[in-house]
Amino acid sequence: MRVTVRLFARLRDIAGAAELVRDVPAGATIGTVWAELTREFPDMADYAKSMSVALNADYARMEHAISDGDDVAFLPPVSGGEGTGIPL
Amino acid sequence: MRTPLLSIGHEPLALDSLIAAVSDRGAATGSDGAVTSFLGLVRNHNVGRAVTHLEYEAYEALALRSFERIVTEAEARWSGVRLAIHHRIGRIDIGGASVAIAAASAHRGDAFAACRYAIERIKQIAPIWKREFFDGGDVWIEGATADPDDVAARERAERVACA
Repeated sequence: MRVTVRLFARLRDIAGAAELVRDVPAGATIGTVWAELTREFPDMADYAKSMSVALNADYARMEHAISDGDDVAFLPPVSGGEGTGIPL
Repeated sequence: MRTPLLSIGHEPLALDSLIAAVSDRGAATGSDGAVTSFLGLVRNHNVGRAVTHLEYEAYEALALRSFERIVTEAEARWSGVRLAIHHRIGRIDIGGASVAIAAASAHRGDAFAACRYAIERIKQIAPIWKREFFDGGDVWIEGATADPDDVAARERAERVACA
């Protein structure tokens, strides 16, 4: 099945694209998509603990199952709090 | 044109339109005793850096849903409060407004609290990022992991709002 992957902020910079289309096996979860993505873009792996994920524009969890045509988004930490920034 | 209560866009923010939007209660207009407002501005300094401008990016569909969630939370906590939240995205220069909030209520205490709660929650759960451009480079500002179900974060926002 085929899903659209949306990336934002620094994750978008790492991938060099805001949207990717990827084929995933039946039974895949959001975590499956993430694992594939970090194989393709190892620099993303640092975000495993700090990011949030969304499925079809709603917050979701990594273990959430996905369906053909779904829209999966990976979201770096948001601008709140007192972060000092990641030098580029 | 009627101003929506919640919006995300590239246009400069106009606080007076938010105040008008929360003040319009249709048949119930006149029941409010207070409107409070908040404007978040782009500051010329951050952690010792001389900031030149910011660029905001949002996952718009999810950000609007997050705003809706914040409104629902605020209405549950401060009965009868009416909120408007507008966030600007794209490049914003020093002194420009990035976020505008207005809160109307029968009583000023609830209006102040709901307004403060809204900005704290936006910073916690709205999928909006800023890239800071400063003398010598640029950085993505990364703060909190967005998790609307994080009860501790929500309680923190409520405590700050009621302080």
